[in-house]
Amino acid sequence: MQIKSLVVGLALGASALTSTAALSATEIQWWHAMGGRLGEVVNEIAEKYNASQSDVVVVPTYKGGYEDTMTAGIAAFRAKEQPHIIQIFDAGAATIINAKGATVPVADLMKNFNIEDYIEGVRYFYADSDGKMIGLPFNSSTPLLYYNKDAFAAAGLDAPPTTWEEFEAMAPKLKEAGFTALAQSHSPWIFSENFHSRHNIQLATGNNGYDTTDVEILYNNDHMKMHWSKVKEWLDAGYYGFYGRAWGDNQDAFVQKKVAMWLGSSGSFGGLTKSADFEFGATFLPYWKSIIEEPKGTFIGGAALFAMSGHDDDEYEAVADFFGYMTAAENQVFWHKETGYVPITSEAYAVAKDEGYYESTPDAEIGILQLSQPGGEWTKGYRLGYYVQIRDVMYKHFDDIFSGAASVDDAFAAMETESNALLKRFNDTYK
Amino acid sequence: MKRVQFEHSSLPYLFVAPQIIIIAIFFLWPAMQAIYQSFLLEDAFGLSTQFVWFRNYSDTILSPSWLQAAGFTAIFATLVTFISMGLALLLAVKANEVLRGASTYKTTLMWAYAIAPPVAGLMGNLMFNPLIGDLYKFFNAIGWDFNHKLDAFDAGFVVVLISVWKQVSVNFIFFLSGLQGIPKSVNEASMMDCNSPTRRFWTITFPLLAPTTFFLMVINITYAFFETFGIIDTTTRGAPGGATNTLVFKVFQDGFRGADLGGSSAQSVVLMVLVLALTVVQFRFIERKVHY
Repeated sequence: MQIKSLVVGLALGASALTSTAALSATEIQWWHAMGGRLGEVVNEIAEKYNASQSDVVVVPTYKGGYEDTMTAGIAAFRAKEQPHIIQIFDAGAATIINAKGATVPVADLMKNFNIEDYIEGVRYFYADSDGKMIGLPFNSSTPLLYYNKDAFAAAGLDAPPTTWEEFEAMAPKLKEAGFTALAQSHSPWIFSENFHSRHNIQLATGNNGYDTTDVEILYNNDHMKMHWSKVKEWLDAGYYGFYGRAWGDNQDAFVQKKVAMWLGSSGSFGGLTKSADFEFGATFLPYWKSIIEEPKGTFIGGAALFAMSGHDDDEYEAVADFFGYMTAAENQVFWHKETGYVPITSEAYAVAKDEGYYESTPDAEIGILQLSQPGGEWTKGYRLGYYVQIRDVMYKHFDDIFSGAASVDDAFAAMETESNALLKRFNDTYK
Repeated sequence: MKRVQFEHSSLPYLFVAPQIIIIAIFFLWPAMQAIYQSFLLEDAFGLSTQFVWFRNYSDTILSPSWLQAAGFTAIFATLVTFISMGLALLLAVKANEVLRGASTYKTTLMWAYAIAPPVAGLMGNLMFNPLIGDLYKFFNAIGWDFNHKLDAFDAGFVVVLISVWKQVSVNFIFFLSGLQGIPKSVNEASMMDCNSPTRRFWTITFPLLAPTTFFLMVINITYAFFETFGIIDTTTRGAPGGATNTLVFKVFQDGFRGADLGGSSAQSVVLMVLVLALTVVQFRFIERKVHY
């Protein structure tokens, strides 16, 4: 890292010789978790920004996965070597936001900030309880249903299910056609967090955790238990495939035509286009008609950019300028098209629409449409401490449900006890 | 007899200094930090700190997931140590007897030593992949309803198999050199007295190998406790239902992924004490039976 910044510094120094304006350039460190193609797009954005003006130089650095990036940021902060901008994922939001004084809220940082500019589903996930945005949503995605059109044709089906009731009717036909009907890649995110949003159910006390850290989890509810009893039934009947906890294991099962439908992220769209050799479509996350007549929207997953505290005013001005550039419609559209993540502002969405992007690739719009569906009381997201561990607890008990090691009731009761112990620990720590 | 007393010089201290400094910086100092941190309840960014005595210990070590991990680690370490040492001993004895192409056998058996645990894990992961894994398909084809993504036994089987495979070559090298260190005359003399090779092995060869065996046991237990992290991390990551979670992997999960520094420090202190105690027991009670 030191060597790298030294090299970058030298390179900058060299370029500064040719341009006097660059001598006063403010260097902004940006640590992110975007690997592979996503990382290339991040670098492109930074290069474009650097070329667009001469006062600020943004230096993006890939720090590994989401957890690695957060750990690197924490270690750097403790050593007072923190970057200006860090990308923190959804499950880590409570850790950084509740550490009072670790970040500078985006709403304070950016000039002319108006939360209404952002699309419904992304507005409040990274906001505090008063609705003030703390982190700038960056790579925002939401769970979608992808389906293999060939498999549907083979089973004599013409449209994907909109409700789980419809799914139950379709699954046997797909099985007859030789397909496992469904797999999904992130049970806590899709079958728990967004399940609550879609059906407008509260998932934790204290306003889903936004108002206080003194909270208890409400996952042990009848709707969740009903859903998971069904999933277990589907698994036993051969309608549901479980290929492991890893995201890719389940996506591969879809790409290799083992399963006819796959619940993934709106951000998976770009990758699927390249890897699937069959025609596929995307549609909204199904819901239970028995729970809600009109489903609500989902909220975002992915990560946000946080400005870390402890820097100079002119550096924050530079960060604000860069955030302004990032949220500009044309750059959002570029990010949206290159990666499949949703544009975060209404203006950017309108621009992509006017360009006719969704006429040529209608599936790319599904995520935004779902995020723009009417919100309810419990659709803005959640803010729960030690949520990375809570997700591990959930995975553990979901495994037990699948393997039959625990009944649905026992699994959810244990999940509640263990999650609440973690939440209590978090509350006592982050006073 | 009068002991010869040499003149003291500071030179020896200078020679051991690099080692001492390395131990102090990379072991003692972090260990002290971990002990200190284990008494604190502190947010990840270090902005608020409370001293809480043994709260971190009671919170983490009494939790069902830690107890589960401790149980698995004990079984896992026992299996990995005994199976990998047993297999390596068998292979070493056989390879030592081979006359033709001996070096080919030896080289092939040592090969896996060069592979790092995470790489071994990744290879295992591929072989056990439910969609493309050959071993996964093979086990299912022979009538074993194998599914390590959901079955705790099968998952344990996978991590033990990979860990053993990775470690056999190390043990093999040591056992082979141990066997070659046994004087030929001893073997020849025993042949005159006893006709059964099995009996000769257990009464002559095995006791003479005891120092090697003891050393390997210490090394293997440490390997199973700590170094298999890379294998767990690249294969099961503790799944299904925490059934293959080891103590060291849990320290990583809570500390590095979950940003719970106090709880993770408390766990690593307990782990340190456990392994220390285990090593002391080995040296006090088992080493007595070893004749050098």
